Amino acid sequence: MSKTQDERGRAARRGQPFLDEPEAKPFWASLREHRLTAQRCSSCKKIFNFPPQARCPHCLASDYEWAILSGKGKVYSCVTYHRPWHPAYQDKIPYNVSLIDLDEGGRIVSNVVDCPPDEVRIAMAVEVVYEDLPEYTLPKFRPVKSA
Amino acid sequence: MTNLSGKCAIVGMGETAVGKRPDATTNSLHLEAIKACLEDAGIKASQVDGLLTNQPLNDSHRSYAVKLAHMAGINAGFATDLALGGATPIAMVQHAVMAIEAGMATTLMCVHARKRATPDPTPGHSIRRGDEHWEEPWGHFAAAGGHAFAAQRHMYEYGTKSEDLAHIAVSTRKHASLNKNATLRKPITIEDHQQSRMIVAPLHLLDCSLESDGGGAVLVTSVERARDFPKRPIAILGMGQHHPHFSLLDAPTLTTLGGKKSSEMAYRMAGLGPKDMDFAEIYDCFTITALITLEDYGFCAKGDGKDFVKDGRIGLGGELPLNTHGGLLSQAHLEGQLHITEAVKQLRGNEVEPERQVANAKVGIVSGHGGSLAMHATLILGAL
Repeated sequence: MSKTQDERGRAARRGQPFLDEPEAKPFWASLREHRLTAQRCSSCKKIFNFPPQARCPHCLASDYEWAILSGKGKVYSCVTYHRPWHPAYQDKIPYNVSLIDLDEGGRIVSNVVDCPPDEVRIAMAVEVVYEDLPEYTLPKFRPVKSA
Repeated sequence: MTNLSGKCAIVGMGETAVGKRPDATTNSLHLEAIKACLEDAGIKASQVDGLLTNQPLNDSHRSYAVKLAHMAGINAGFATDLALGGATPIAMVQHAVMAIEAGMATTLMCVHARKRATPDPTPGHSIRRGDEHWEEPWGHFAAAGGHAFAAQRHMYEYGTKSEDLAHIAVSTRKHASLNKNATLRKPITIEDHQQSRMIVAPLHLLDCSLESDGGGAVLVTSVERARDFPKRPIAILGMGQHHPHFSLLDAPTLTTLGGKKSSEMAYRMAGLGPKDMDFAEIYDCFTITALITLEDYGFCAKGDGKDFVKDGRIGLGGELPLNTHGGLLSQAHLEGQLHITEAVKQLRGNEVEPERQVANAKVGIVSGHGGSLAMHATLILGAL
């Protein structure tokens, strides 16, 4: 039986970042050195939203620098996947996926780790941790331990 | 600026059988829907001079409106694919009105079909949204995930509970049970919903819509021409769109969506408000989508959706019958194309099973919603 276009589409989902995307290359390179960065506009000084892009989303200026972020943020929303959409997640369910609002600006999709999925909460303070994989490093987040 | 309210009307509609259609293809379902619509309108394909389609998510269907026009024998002076996800079927009707008023076409077919329940052997590659590689490395893959983020926020901000969402699933299924062309017709209870397995928490299986095969179409013309058609014309009274973000990463909020401004635009154009609506066909890819849209459309205050959906208010015979056909949750998921055909049937009268006819239906509202909760379109229709 011929594969459907849908099945092929799903198979094509490698579940991996595109490390060679021109605007995002420095982001992935910095993560390799355990630095979480974001673009900051040289004109209006605002932090870009993710994903990285060629011009400032606030003022369309083309000059920007890569700012090193504190890695601190808050959970904007959180969900628990109980179904694996990708074979690589078969033995990982249930797992958390969160939208993390970074303190300096910008939001990123990530996982809150070092915490059971059903204990992750909206507005929880989190900090970055780095998951080193053979080809790239993923930023993930853990709850900030209250003093 | 001319107000286009009531200038154009829907004069034909067609629906295919829905559910599993293993022998059909994306192309054959589109042609089947067009044929049904032409028969309903009592005209030939050669009398249609415009075609609008929803960009199929397969690259072998590029410029699909033009391809389909020629497959169906339509000599189109206006043809285009639109790509607003589940807001597209409504946007097609809106573009038809604009094309008519611009003098570029007189009689336009708006058609959408989809093959998701069974494999489509049509060759080609799937078209992606484009930013999935900023989600998938962290295991975020599905529309259910995006809508679960919205549900979690709604629960956090307004105290909504999973059991509240269950009322939408139960009422919608009840309506589907009365519809002969619905995929899931066995009534369900709140408990069934609560015990259905988690897909992406906080969303259960029964918060999620179907994967379907099927198609639908509507035919749009000017109100002057509409009088020459055999069925009661259904006037297009209000139109709106709003697309407040693209990605979950730039969404200003996940609890008020494009429906707020889109409905305000449509109400203004129609000179009507939420209290004037006799029923609502609201996009329900997930229960939370319908809840948020009911609030955004002004049927209740923001955060009060959890109470509005209870006590039979959204059932047939209630204050606002919602998704009288069974919606995407229980009838079929064709990106809301059948929300439009259902509204047309309700307003014509005598076209649905008598037990699910809204008594005295004069005006209804239809919503479409697409992408990462990003796109929204609204249509207000009225019986002429």
